[in-house]
Amino acid sequence: MDYFDTLIVILQSTIRVSVPLILAALAGLYSERAGIFDIGLEGKMLAAAFAGGAAASVAGSALVGLAAAILVSVCLALVHGFASITQRGNQIVSGVAINFIALGATVILGQAWFRQGGRTPQLGEGERFTTVELPFAAELADIPVLGSIYSNLLSGHFLLTYLAFALVPFTWWVLYRTRFGLRLRAVGENPGAVDTAGISVIWLRYRAVICCGILCGIAGAYLSMAMTAGFVKGMTAGKGFIALAALIFAKWKPVNVMFACLLFGFLDAMSIRMQGNPLPFIGAVPVQFMQALPYMLTVILLAGFIGKAIPPRAGGVPYVKER
Amino acid sequence: MSETAIELKGIDKRFGLVHANKNINLSVRKGTIHGIIGENGAGKSTLMSILYGFYQADSGDIFVDGKKTVIRDPNTAIAAGIGMVHQHFMLVENFTVLENVMLGVEDSQILTAGIAKARQELKRLEHEYELEVDPDAIIEELPVGLQQRVEILKALYRGAEILILDEPTGVLTPAEADHLFRILEQLKAQGKTILLITHKLREIMAVTDEVSVMRRGEMVATRTTAETSVEELAELMVGRRVLLRVDKGPASPGEVLFSVENLTVRDSRGVDMVKDVSFELRAGEIVGIAGVAGNGQSELLQAITGIRRAVRGKVLLQGEPIHVTGKADAAELRQRGLAHVPEDRQHMGLVLKFDESENSILGYHWDPKYLNGVFLNIEAIRKDAAAKIEKYDIRPPNPRLKTANFSGGNQQKIVLAREMERDPAVLIIGQPTRGVDVGAIEFIHKRIIEMRDAGKAVLLVSVELDEIRSLSDRVLVMFDGRIVGERSPETGEGELGLLMAGVEDVREAAE
Repeated sequence: MDYFDTLIVILQSTIRVSVPLILAALAGLYSERAGIFDIGLEGKMLAAAFAGGAAASVAGSALVGLAAAILVSVCLALVHGFASITQRGNQIVSGVAINFIALGATVILGQAWFRQGGRTPQLGEGERFTTVELPFAAELADIPVLGSIYSNLLSGHFLLTYLAFALVPFTWWVLYRTRFGLRLRAVGENPGAVDTAGISVIWLRYRAVICCGILCGIAGAYLSMAMTAGFVKGMTAGKGFIALAALIFAKWKPVNVMFACLLFGFLDAMSIRMQGNPLPFIGAVPVQFMQALPYMLTVILLAGFIGKAIPPRAGGVPYVKER
Repeated sequence: MSETAIELKGIDKRFGLVHANKNINLSVRKGTIHGIIGENGAGKSTLMSILYGFYQADSGDIFVDGKKTVIRDPNTAIAAGIGMVHQHFMLVENFTVLENVMLGVEDSQILTAGIAKARQELKRLEHEYELEVDPDAIIEELPVGLQQRVEILKALYRGAEILILDEPTGVLTPAEADHLFRILEQLKAQGKTILLITHKLREIMAVTDEVSVMRRGEMVATRTTAETSVEELAELMVGRRVLLRVDKGPASPGEVLFSVENLTVRDSRGVDMVKDVSFELRAGEIVGIAGVAGNGQSELLQAITGIRRAVRGKVLLQGEPIHVTGKADAAELRQRGLAHVPEDRQHMGLVLKFDESENSILGYHWDPKYLNGVFLNIEAIRKDAAAKIEKYDIRPPNPRLKTANFSGGNQQKIVLAREMERDPAVLIIGQPTRGVDVGAIEFIHKRIIEMRDAGKAVLLVSVELDEIRSLSDRVLVMFDGRIVGERSPETGEGELGLLMAGVEDVREAAE
């Protein structure tokens, strides 16, 4: 039972660390499926985490924090949209700029407003999200295996966690079963076809980046208001880029995205768990190795194992009507 | 039948300095097939894009069914019953036929109901106009002829009464083109109005009722097709008399200058694009390779000119082997007398940002007559370029002008002048007149014949069957990477067309 409990603990922490990855990767999915590459996921998430932490502590309300996080993230997404859709600028440059702005601005504003070395104040009860227990979690806990899975693994997460997982099938449904999804996929492949069908390419792409902004906002809020209680500088720590890798790894498909994020989350959870604990047969593994594993895995998998990841064909290319 | 479906009055459009459409008037009768011809850049596509709402005219009015209609965007054009089949298909390649047809007219936010309705409607259209396509096929897996059919279905699905087709046959085999024309006749019989834009005179004669000619942004004439001739239309297009038939005497083939044996070439995906191809070129003859684009012609050209490595094969140039499977390189081959006019002049034949004079020596810049020690002898280069400009009538005659500023025909002449003036033994030419206007075509064809008469071996690869037939002394037909037949240029177009479509036993099929 000892190994089983350890496994449950690792899996639980896998879910915990996967949530921001799933949200950010789905955010990227909306944007990139519409043909707007977004390496600014990291920056948007970071800015949202800061805005959420700051607003929640000032207003004393988690919901206000969430709203602020989404608002800030959507604003940054619109900046990216303006640069890459309206101004037809380079999407990579715009994304990098957003990352740098977020990295710098969160620290400067945090220091100016709260004077805690770039942190936001510790969030108290009611200012942050709390976990919810699923019904009968306590009663069923004693049933071997299944009970433990139900009450320890599936129960006791944040509402945002359940939301993130619910968004996976929802996104699939939007993408493949709605008019918006059909057009979104079309505009990422051949904007000319969308334009000649009498649909506005610009408005469609703006809606896609707004979707991206909303999801990044929720991801950021999760980081500073659920997973921890307050913003710490640079707290996204590359999660935006891991999400991007997961998105490519998943070939821009929603359900694959979830599994890719869970895989990366699992490796992350393992690396935390393994700190100081020697692996059986192998012995002590430097913690840096475990932390680097998700990245190495991405490179190895992308290099050969998953076949060619073909991005949306019009991705990264601003739409200009042909003469 | 005398109602007008479309009337354009005083349409004018400028793009910066370019005056694309000058005060265009056009009237198209309902239920007819109306052709619009003109050279490249005459303003045909611009005019049609204005009609479809892609651009707005600077001034002028559009009347649809006698009513003045303001066409702001493709939506209003669709609402007015105008549909367009673009030259480059506007299809989402990894979508199904059904999804492409639905895009933009999905009925409701959630697709399920719309899909069922679209499927039914598609079936009805297919039946009514004999346009069979599998609604669940993925576009990129369909041949181009079928992709075009999807474009037509798209327009009909949106209720188009007036159908614009922009250069529809450029990508089709002759058989597919004939099929398209039958579809157009069918549509006409059902009362649809069709606007056919093309630069191919033969098509105009074959299928239209009336034809309008554009030249340099102006509408110069409208004729009833039955009462005009190819010669008259060509003259109207170019503005002067043109020799359509190529004058050439009989060939007098000499020794073999170039031979290819069992050549196999693989593309970057690992697919064999050229399969076991063998042929010979003799001095003083033009051998044409006919075929629909994408059947291995490009890979063949690249392999024998040292640009792409072949998997297998033996190639001899004037009796000496070319290491096509190994270290053959284009520069060395040029020194040995193999000149190459590549298919895609803008990407492989020229550096568009260079001056004309720089392009006129590109690849031969090592020649001491262009050099001054280790430096380029700019003066000699410009003098040399000026001489070529005069001989090949390249306009404008300015060796210092950036190459991008020359028209397609003149760019092609720059490449031809460069390669032909080296006096090569073997000349390999890909698509000599693609995107070239009628006047320049005449000149280029003449030069190619002159090369033959001077005792060179010429290999001509072109997707224009007319060009192959009028220039070649022997015609090889390429299909799916193989040479599927050799015919004389007098062979009927039907038979060559069937060969190009991969029908092996031509005589049987023709019966």
